[in-house]
Amino acid sequence: MDIFQIIFLVVQALIITLAVTTGFAYLTWYERRLLARFQNRIGPNRAGPLGLLQPAADAVKLFFKEDVIPTASDKVVYLLAPVLAVMTAIVIWAVIPFGCFNLNGDHTACFDPARRDEVWNALQVAEVNIGILFILAVTSIGVYGITLAGWASNSKYAMLGGIRSSAQLISYELAFGMAVLSVVMFGGTLSTWEIVLAQEGLWFFIPLILGFLLFMISATAELVRAPFDLVEAEQELTSGYNTEYGSMKFALFFMSEYIKMIAMSAIATTLFLGGWRFPGLETLGNGVAELAGPWPAAIIVGLVSLGSFLLKVALFLFVFVWLRASWPRMRYDQLMQFGWKTLLPLAILNLVLVPVVIVLVPDNRYIQTAILFVLGIATIFGAARIGGRGRVKRTVELVQPVPEGQQSSVANSSSSAQPTRGTAS
Amino acid sequence: MSTLTIPSPHELIAPAQRGERESMVLNMGPHHPSTHGVLRLVVDLDGETVVDVAPDVGFLHTGIEKTMESKTYQKAVVLTDRMDYLAPLSNNLSYVLAVEKLLECEVPERAQTARVLLTELTRIGSHLVWLGTHALDLAAMSVFLYAFREREQILDIFELVSGARMMTSYFRVGGLAYDLPADFIPTVQVFLDTFGQRIDEYEDLLTNNPLWLERTVGVGTITAADAIALGLTGANLRATGVPYDMRKMVPYIGYETYDFDVPVGKNGDIYDRYLVRIAELRQSRKIAYQALERLQQMPSGDYVTRDRKIAPPPKHEITHSMESLIHHFKLWTEGFKPPVGDAYSAVESPRGIHGTYIVSDGSPKPYRVHFRAPSFINLQALPHMARGRYLADLVALIASIDPVLGEVDR
Repeated sequence: MDIFQIIFLVVQALIITLAVTTGFAYLTWYERRLLARFQNRIGPNRAGPLGLLQPAADAVKLFFKEDVIPTASDKVVYLLAPVLAVMTAIVIWAVIPFGCFNLNGDHTACFDPARRDEVWNALQVAEVNIGILFILAVTSIGVYGITLAGWASNSKYAMLGGIRSSAQLISYELAFGMAVLSVVMFGGTLSTWEIVLAQEGLWFFIPLILGFLLFMISATAELVRAPFDLVEAEQELTSGYNTEYGSMKFALFFMSEYIKMIAMSAIATTLFLGGWRFPGLETLGNGVAELAGPWPAAIIVGLVSLGSFLLKVALFLFVFVWLRASWPRMRYDQLMQFGWKTLLPLAILNLVLVPVVIVLVPDNRYIQTAILFVLGIATIFGAARIGGRGRVKRTVELVQPVPEGQQSSVANSSSSAQPTRGTAS
Repeated sequence: MSTLTIPSPHELIAPAQRGERESMVLNMGPHHPSTHGVLRLVVDLDGETVVDVAPDVGFLHTGIEKTMESKTYQKAVVLTDRMDYLAPLSNNLSYVLAVEKLLECEVPERAQTARVLLTELTRIGSHLVWLGTHALDLAAMSVFLYAFREREQILDIFELVSGARMMTSYFRVGGLAYDLPADFIPTVQVFLDTFGQRIDEYEDLLTNNPLWLERTVGVGTITAADAIALGLTGANLRATGVPYDMRKMVPYIGYETYDFDVPVGKNGDIYDRYLVRIAELRQSRKIAYQALERLQQMPSGDYVTRDRKIAPPPKHEITHSMESLIHHFKLWTEGFKPPVGDAYSAVESPRGIHGTYIVSDGSPKPYRVHFRAPSFINLQALPHMARGRYLADLVALIASIDPVLGEVDR
């Protein structure tokens, strides 16, 4: 690795960090506008056209807030917690391929796993062969930020939030890891780059529909997004773990949460939705290469793949906002029960189904897919049925009570007159 | 019966301060997002489990009952709005009925029908706030905004009739403050026509939502006997299976002539309270339709009693008749004087039985006014329901009891 490549990596990392933080700022705008649409409102539209300057206004506001450190807090940990939270959120991005812009000027290498060494991708910082493990590790470290913040603040609400976060993470980490493991099995690799390439012609969410669902549920829980946002349940804990945080320290937590949300969408895209792949992308690259030569083709493929990736990420973000707009929050104990008693068995089942099918029907992707898809759908419906069992549909009874004055004259046999009961609605 | 007791905040705080307890004492409120105003709760927590909870009320005490003693009967109406600020017209009605009982005053049919219509709209509006905040407390955020969209229409109707959106003070002793405006009937018609579909929308979002069921079914259960022992009224009582509704039991302003049912639950949990209130929305709409039809049949007529000792004469009479001028002068300078005695009236407000007790010493100002505020009494059930539940349930319970702190503290 020569010095130029090192400088290039540093610049790349810087650009991605900046892009991600800008992405965070605009995600807040995206979420608020979208949520407003769901809720029959307009959303922020005062600062700049369509309210596009709203994130800047928010940032300025938070910068100028007084920086308060509670006297009773553990100052070092208190200050370290937001740093830890935001750092882990950004580091995840290192291994995610946003697209393929081959700086060697050959777009065909992007689509061939065997020619991995010929790809010098400008749209991925680090191509690690254990990228998936790295993602799992870093997402788990992220919870330390929240837990430590809750503990170091020395406030009751914050502590409850912190404890909730660690309990929640333990409950969901396993199911999350197992859902990801099914992708590793099906794709046959731990590298994010190769998983994207393995999804040629077949995005993994179809065969791994069950794993995909488990992944989305546990990812929502990992992100502490609605309906699993117990950690900062406003109605219960005022603000949860970040109750005692203000100014930019609060902004860092906010930032970590939203960056994690984008990162999780990016991971979901990479693992299940074909990453930067888009139908016809290779044909497009070949066509451009014929007309204008290899470099324009590499650039076009780079741009289209990046666009395709961002589009898929935006789709997942939409789902996260949609969830927030429509679901009530779960309770602490229900969340743990759901994690251990529903998600984990399903994840284990998924982890059994995938290798068994792969071994039984070797070398035929499409039959494997068909079997796994049918089994996955059946499992989901079966689980839903079992979960909904014993739930009685309740209605109110419509009654015509007898007025007080008439009770004694009409029915004096018992002290409390029986009201006449009408039909139930 | 020991579970029905309500601890004082001091009982929970003092041992914790002396370090005698392992559990954590958490001070929720008076400034807390989900205490529906300025309710302070001292919660004794064992982890996330509520060991005991002591509601501390009085942060919104405004001395309404005392202030009324220095106002004439007619002027005191405006104070009643400020109690249950989500159902001002129900409060107006409760007070006005008591004074009318004291005066033995006849109220014209048209005013009574308008009162029925407007109090039912109040009930719908108040239940919408309950629905919205209840859903919001369980983080189903969108329902809140949908419910407030419909409440806005109701507030517009109030503004149309009284000029004020919340503090309407539209009911006066003897009838109404002004006549109903010309476009009142079509406006209400439009609202009622669309509203039925809106209730279906709320139900689509919540009634069969698995998470909503998880959070509400079997939570905060109270038996009918306990509910009666604690003096619960309104939907909180009816959810336990007791069909007690003042509109049926002791009908007032002609409720006996309207066709409606009383929705009753079975289990007395949060979900039943939810179902009962949703069914009440439909029943209120039904009553409002009937009242509207009656108003359409009598488009004009008296809106206030013709008894000039109580209600002022119309403006044009004053310029012609000496007697009218004297009445006007007397009413405006000192008000009317009810006979010595006392009167109690109770109405079914959205929150339960709202009662007014007035003692008159024969002067133009009440000697003593006391309100039976349903929120205050319903709030008593909170510790009983919350013990042994989770902190998150406590929030849901406050919402399902539906207290209005203005009324709790008065």
